[in-house]
Amino acid sequence: MGATAHHEDNDFLFKYIFSTDHKMIAKQFFLTGSLMGLIGMVMSMIFRLQLGYPGESFAFLEPILGSWAPEGILAPDKYLALVTIHGTIMVFFLLTAGLSGTFSNLLIPLQIGARDMASGFMNMLSYWFFFISSCVMIASLFVEGGPAAGGWTIYPPLSALPQAMPGSGMGMTLWITSMSLFIVSSLIGSLNYIVTVFNLRTKGMTMTRLPLTIWAFLITAVLGVLSFPVLFSAVLLLLFDRSFGTSFYLSDIYISGGALEVAGGSPILYEHLFWFLGHPEVYIILLPALGITSEVVATNSRKPIFGYRAMIGSILAIAFISFLVWGHHMFVTGMNPFLGAVFTFTTLLVAIPSAVKVFNYLTTLWKGNIRFTPAMLFAIGLVSTFITGGLTGIILGDSALDINVHDTYFVVGHFHIVMGLSGTFGMISGIYHWFPKMFGRMLDKNLGYLHFWATIVAAYGVFFPMHFLGLAGVPRRYYANTEFPMFNEMYDINELITVFAMIAGFAQLFFIFNVFYSMFKGPKAPQNPWESTTLEWTAPVKHLHGNWPGELPVVHRWPYDYSKPGMEEDFIPQTVPLREGEEESH
Amino acid sequence: MTDLLILLGVVLGIIAISKVVSVLDMVATAKGENSYMPNARENRFQARLMPVFLIVYFAFIAWQLVAWGDRMLPVAASEHGEIVDNLMDITWIVITPVFVITHILLFYFAWKYAYDKNRKATYFSHSNKLEILWTAIPATVLLVLILYGLSIWNDITTPLTAEDDKIEIELYARQFDWTARYPGEDGKFGEASVRLIEGVNMLGIDSTDVNAADDKYVKAEFYLPVNKDVQFYFRAQDVIHSAYMPHFRAQMNCVPGMTTRFQFKPNKTTAEMKEITGDEDFEYYLLCNKICGAAHYNMKMEIKVVSEEDYNKWLSEQKEFLAVEESIETNSEESPQMDTIQTKVGESTQLSVLN
Repeated sequence: MGATAHHEDNDFLFKYIFSTDHKMIAKQFFLTGSLMGLIGMVMSMIFRLQLGYPGESFAFLEPILGSWAPEGILAPDKYLALVTIHGTIMVFFLLTAGLSGTFSNLLIPLQIGARDMASGFMNMLSYWFFFISSCVMIASLFVEGGPAAGGWTIYPPLSALPQAMPGSGMGMTLWITSMSLFIVSSLIGSLNYIVTVFNLRTKGMTMTRLPLTIWAFLITAVLGVLSFPVLFSAVLLLLFDRSFGTSFYLSDIYISGGALEVAGGSPILYEHLFWFLGHPEVYIILLPALGITSEVVATNSRKPIFGYRAMIGSILAIAFISFLVWGHHMFVTGMNPFLGAVFTFTTLLVAIPSAVKVFNYLTTLWKGNIRFTPAMLFAIGLVSTFITGGLTGIILGDSALDINVHDTYFVVGHFHIVMGLSGTFGMISGIYHWFPKMFGRMLDKNLGYLHFWATIVAAYGVFFPMHFLGLAGVPRRYYANTEFPMFNEMYDINELITVFAMIAGFAQLFFIFNVFYSMFKGPKAPQNPWESTTLEWTAPVKHLHGNWPGELPVVHRWPYDYSKPGMEEDFIPQTVPLREGEEESH
Repeated sequence: MTDLLILLGVVLGIIAISKVVSVLDMVATAKGENSYMPNARENRFQARLMPVFLIVYFAFIAWQLVAWGDRMLPVAASEHGEIVDNLMDITWIVITPVFVITHILLFYFAWKYAYDKNRKATYFSHSNKLEILWTAIPATVLLVLILYGLSIWNDITTPLTAEDDKIEIELYARQFDWTARYPGEDGKFGEASVRLIEGVNMLGIDSTDVNAADDKYVKAEFYLPVNKDVQFYFRAQDVIHSAYMPHFRAQMNCVPGMTTRFQFKPNKTTAEMKEITGDEDFEYYLLCNKICGAAHYNMKMEIKVVSEEDYNKWLSEQKEFLAVEESIETNSEESPQMDTIQTKVGESTQLSVLN
């Protein structure tokens, strides 16, 4: 590969566009995913305006949104469209492809000591499928009737019948097309990650010497490979129902003045298929974020991660249980109550490995020597959001309690904190930590501090009050809370949430500025800026095709030898052989 | 337009601040006063912000509890709802201390163990005892919660039997309204199918079914007797809807192609609830809680819980299906679309006569 690689390096097209180098592909995923995330965030700011100030006219919306916001007031079906695409983008494009795509690509070869992914070509394909998928999703915003608007879960029959709402026409077809391409991208990428971790570890890099990031990325990829095909089958059958007159999900329907010739199908089947992906998806988002946190917390506490094996065990336990809990999204669908009982049991089991992870993070901080880099702040923030959001999961996972909070703002608050905030905090933490590895320059620290404090305060300001709305019975996906006297009196809570949402949105400008400014003008990165033990910091700052000049590094110890007693330095890289009499204890 | 200018101003303002900060940092870096690695002063400052944030966070939660606590749903208006609320209280009692303690530990440790170049972190990599401890404790607590929760779930979902003294109601959902159907004197709902929906027969009730003749259906509001089991059946004609009655802690999806069910026993009349909440305008609501289209946010019905006496009186005032159909028959002779209904109504009249 040496000769061709050299040739490719000199060619702009192959270096920046059709690159097969994992580091370049990671950057491509980062920029595309973040851009999608930015679009998703702006969408949420627009629909938050409507929720905070229902019916009020915002003149600036009309030039931006055109017919979506006549007279500056967002139309009801376009509100639902924004909510739907916001959810889709955040869950899949930012926190699945953006998060895994960036860090699995960047870190797997570098941290296991490989020259590149097992298949550079498949890796490139993975990115380009993702890119086309993103383009199709964005294109769906501009078709007649608008984009898909049935919620990110696109339950049929609403999503199956173009008569049911404007967004269920061309927009939904494009949604399904986009997601199919996305699933192809995810599968190609995940298979590559799994094969790479199993086959290309450098000499001495046993499975129990892998950094927890790699464990998290590996198990995430396994989850993706096992669950995304099920989503694919779900949307494929939906496509059949929409286009070829089948009735997988449809039965006994009367709409737009006529009964349809559909019989024998069930929307519940779709829900089962969807959530069979949908729940593991939560962990496809969370595990990489938690893996990044493990790495960042250990490095910046100058202390080994506490309970390395327990951390691996809890990743495996969470991954396994996550396949057995999908029914907790369906307690009130009319599913057999006995099934509901089983899913309650399995769901609350997830809390145990999650609790183990939290206690291990706390113990890692205990008697550490903590450096407050921006990455560390976001990692601490993640532990806080993971606790806050995780605990309300105990309420939602309990079927008897779920009856009354199901599909209310309580759920919106819960999953935005535990999955949305934890996922984005993990991703942002990773960017601050590995930016020098990605771009060879350092991000600005003080802008990072501003970014973190503005973000965490505003984010809790947005999502914590939502629990109160939910306990007052306010349903999610309502265009306005003006039609019920009991909800109308919540206007000030909604206003407060909207104000915080604006602050949280604008606070991201500190980050965006920082990333683009530092990419070109930041101080040059040293080899190992955070005095870290893992292999990626032994590779030269300037990116090489093949990662290391000459021989690959050889690994002699686990990745968390920070502040080991009897040693001069407070960190010992994995490449340093054990000294005489030194034990590799962990 | 001014909005747009303000928006632009904010964006440019933040970018300007960012620019200033980064330039100052560049100058400081050049002088060797700034580095990507936080120095002693910066570490101390960030460490101090940790407990400050913790206090602000807790104060924010406390403020919300005080300011909005009385806006939560009032006490449950159904028998099982009171038990569910009790389970909710117990769950809060379990999770609140965990939330508070873990957050105190998190931010306390972060503050206490801020970087000091003269100190070395304690090398403490694992302890099986601790891992077992914090696996076992959550497992035990969760097991108790699960068992209690499941016994309640079991009670809620065990169907009423034929012997139970109960009333039955069918809630019918479509874009974007609700209809409630009562089975009438005979206690049996007439068969219905979407293929029979025509004109005013918007539930698709089969008028050839003898059970259908005395069925009654109402819109906008429906009545329930207090202290009597109510068996609900849910149907939907177009897309999935969800019948959510928050005051009764009741929710069930309405799914096209199948009938779902839920039951509860209301134990507070609307009048009693007005007193409890101190709100003269208080009403129980049925609302749609599954996204169903553009007017989803306005799909509702009022529920009146009254004494059994008042309930019977109200119900007797409602028209029977047959009567509704007949009145349409006489009012719309010219309307050709009504032909099929008329024949059907004719048939069912014969049947009910035979009956």
